[in-house]
Amino acid sequence: MSNQSPSDGSTARIGRTPMPEQDPKVRARNFKEVPLGFTPDMAMREASRCLHCKKPLCREGCPVGVPIPDFLALVAKGDFAAAAEKVKETNALPAVCGRVCPQENQCEGRCLLGKKFEPVAIGRCERFVADYQRETGRISVPKKAASNGQKIAVVGAGPSGLTVAGDMILAGYEVTLFDALHKPGGVLMYGIPEFRLPKAIVEAEIASLEKLGVEIRCNSLIGKTITVDELIRDEGFDAVFVGVGAGLPTFLGIPGEDLGNVCSANEYLTRSNLMKGYRFPEYDTPVIRGKNVCVVGGGNVAMDAARSALRLGADTVKIVYRRSEAELPARAEEVHHAKEEGVEFLLLTNPIELLGDDRGQVRAMRVQKMELGEPDASGRRRPIPIPGSEDEFDTDLVVIAAGSRANPVLTHHTENLELSKKGYIVATESGRTSKPGVWAGGDIVTGAATVILAMGAGRTASKDMDTWLKSGKEGWL
Amino acid sequence: MIPIVSNRELAPNIYEMVVENRILARRARAGQFLIVMPDDHGERIPLTIADYDVEAGTVTMVIMAIGTSTRKLVKLGPGDSLYAMLGPLGNASEIENYGTVIMVAGGVGAAPIYPIARALSEAGNRVITIQGSRNKGLLFWVDKLASVSSEHIITTDDGSFGRKALVTEPLRELLEKETVGCVYTIGPAIMMKFCAETVRPFGVRTIASLNSIMIDGTGMCGGCRVRVGGETKFTCVDGPEFDALAIDWSIATARQKSFCEAEKCSLDRYIELNGTK
Ligand SMILES: Cc1cc2nc3c(=O)[nH]c(=O)nc-3n(C[C@H](O)[C@H](O)[C@H](O)COP(=O)(O)OP(=O)(O)OC[C@H]3O[C@@H](n4cnc5c(N)ncnc54)[C@H](O)[C@@H]3O)c2cc1C
Ligand SMILES: Cc1cc2nc3c(=O)[nH]c(=O)nc-3n(C[C@H](O)[C@H](O)[C@H](O)COP(=O)(O)OP(=O)(O)OC[C@H]3O[C@@H](n4cnc5c(N)ncnc54)[C@H](O)[C@@H]3O)c2cc1C
Ligand code: SF4
Ligand code: SF4
Ligand code: FES
Repeated sequence: MSNQSPSDGSTARIGRTPMPEQDPKVRARNFKEVPLGFTPDMAMREASRCLHCKKPLCREGCPVGVPIPDFLALVAKGDFAAAAEKVKETNALPAVCGRVCPQENQCEGRCLLGKKFEPVAIGRCERFVADYQRETGRISVPKKAASNGQKIAVVGAGPSGLTVAGDMILAGYEVTLFDALHKPGGVLMYGIPEFRLPKAIVEAEIASLEKLGVEIRCNSLIGKTITVDELIRDEGFDAVFVGVGAGLPTFLGIPGEDLGNVCSANEYLTRSNLMKGYRFPEYDTPVIRGKNVCVVGGGNVAMDAARSALRLGADTVKIVYRRSEAELPARAEEVHHAKEEGVEFLLLTNPIELLGDDRGQVRAMRVQKMELGEPDASGRRRPIPIPGSEDEFDTDLVVIAAGSRANPVLTHHTENLELSKKGYIVATESGRTSKPGVWAGGDIVTGAATVILAMGAGRTASKDMDTWLKSGKEGWL
Repeated sequence: MIPIVSNRELAPNIYEMVVENRILARRARAGQFLIVMPDDHGERIPLTIADYDVEAGTVTMVIMAIGTSTRKLVKLGPGDSLYAMLGPLGNASEIENYGTVIMVAGGVGAAPIYPIARALSEAGNRVITIQGSRNKGLLFWVDKLASVSSEHIITTDDGSFGRKALVTEPLRELLEKETVGCVYTIGPAIMMKFCAETVRPFGVRTIASLNSIMIDGTGMCGGCRVRVGGETKFTCVDGPEFDALAIDWSIATARQKSFCEAEKCSLDRYIELNGTK
């Protein structure tokens, strides 16, 4: 074992510890996790690169303020269980965040070391300690406050809802977690593929919530099966948290989009992940196994769809994205992995039409080349079509990953809930909605964002909920 | 888990299954559907709520066993339970007094049309039902449908019962001689399409209940999308009922074909593992 003292900085200049990974050729055909994780030695070596800055910028970059230098110091000492506890002070799902956070824009993006050398691999260390704790069974059971008899309903079992459920059960409330699907987890279960986030990890987190006493009611579409108003009025819930995510797929609005074998990334990934379509016919739900697949979009969702397509046996997979590489919104690591695995990137390319065969199934995509003009409202340079640059290629499966909108089922069946023009729930900084006793957070408030932001919103809301309930439901907005 | 109360064969390959689901029974309205998963390896498949009993807390489905999932379902009986059930989903039928309403049911469509016919009849409509079937043996719920109809016409393709005709023939005749406020059509896509074409010249409001392929049933995946009046709609949240004259039927039917090969592969495997039935 390496024995560097944690803060002398002498190891800072040594390169970032590489993460062992499955070979790209092999992994592009299986659904096993791609990065294999640090060994204890690797984690200690990497953590000891941290300079323990007086003003840790990394921590400012983390939306939930994980005490990064403190936990890294514990890792460097080899006290992994204590390090995991340290992370969990502010982040309930480190095994998830260590894997899926866009670290380059968050903690690692701000790391001082990154200015001259490579940033500390904070995410990988976080993942390591969480895995270590889970795999060695050294999870200390958190202390639960004495039961106060008040009831909390959490709607949506994605990262925001899971966070609220965990916080509130520990604070002594009775918590019921509702989800529309037959399995809790939200995007962590139905969206992000196994090769990036093994479902066993999500299941373990949910099992620990159940062990703490959270009651999980799946197959409950709030707004249809039962409404928010009924939860409060008839079922006696004292407060409700709404974390239903942004699960309404956006389509492109181009001709041919309703042909067969054209699907949203949500459909494709739900079939493959949640329904285990990748194991069809052992599981009954099929997923289209395209030979020449086109995925439209450049975010994490697009990368997940493209890499799933390879694993489902495609010969070629193209990412069609209308801006340039610099604007790709996906995590850098996912883009890198996708390229290594053989996904082709058709950048500055926009689909304009899908063509069908005589059975009404897609057979080709027509595209147009783009160039970047002036920055638009989002601050990114606006893509402008280049006249005469049309091109066409064959495809037998088109997956559209062009973003999502607010799902209207809950919001349209809840009285007096203020929505934005785009249909998202309007909430204050602490998550209060226009409806007393109802909080909201995560993608249904912000629009599609990240796991850690959804968790952060859940944490903020549960603190405020606790205060409001302890104050005897005093005041609202 | 959803306990099964009963399951009986109504006609060859058509089963009536009653399950216990108190919350769903309380909420259900005519025209809505639910999603079931037979077991934890199963698919999520949509089925219409064919009947419900608030007091008993039960929900009735009528299932035509065609592929793996429906075959798995109809094999179950009292003592078994379903892995998952979500609902009620979709919009309830708009129950108004249209005067005279014609309800056209094809095959297993007799089941979903029943609660709507009942509700329309209770709302004071004169309900004329046309129930079409390939042959006599496949007819079911004849008495039930008759009990909520002022007039009940049965057609079979082979003339083994009722009139030897397609449902569109009596439909056209009725439209020619009566003032009709609304037409409902539920059955195979091709039948609904021909009903729409039959009504079109008469300009009568016509409603079809679409049976798109679905996964979540909550508006999340977009798999159930159809084009109606030039707009993309999701059957599970915007439907399942749409203006039959505005539906793009070629897209609706093409989108049902995407999984043909997989469905066959799944069924072959199922038969291999379970024998023919
Ligand atoms: C394919 C994909 C890949 C992604 N990759 C990353 C990544 O690498 N890193 C990252 O940080 N973020 C990523 N994201 C984004 C991230 O997953 C989301 O921002 C995050 O999950 C949002 O959490 P949430 O709690 O708001 O809701 P969600 O995770 O969306 O969960 C919402 C839950 O609510 C349920 N629900 C919806 N409506 C109802 C209702 N009416 N009643 C009951 N339940 C309901 C849903 O079934 C779902 O389980 C990705 C997203 C996708 C789709
Ligand atoms: C809103 C709605 C309500 C429905 N109500 C009922 C009902 O009350 N009773 C009932 O028996 N069925 C109903 N269906 C159809 C039912 O969902 C399908 O028959 C079922 O999903 C088939 O599953 P399977 O695995 O058994 O067959 P599969 O193997 O999936 O399919 C076998 C054959 O059926 C065709 N098929 C597949 N899916 C559908 C579909 N959605 N509609 C029509 N044909 C299809 C396939 O092309 C194939 O030829 C409804 C569908 C919808 C969308
Ligand atoms: S939660 Fe995410 S942003 Fe925060 S330290 Fe961990 S990996 Fe970085
Ligand atoms: S900014 Fe980088 S070097 Fe400084 S404390 Fe954070 S992780 Fe360590
Ligand atoms: S079934 Fe997924 S959106 Fe309708």
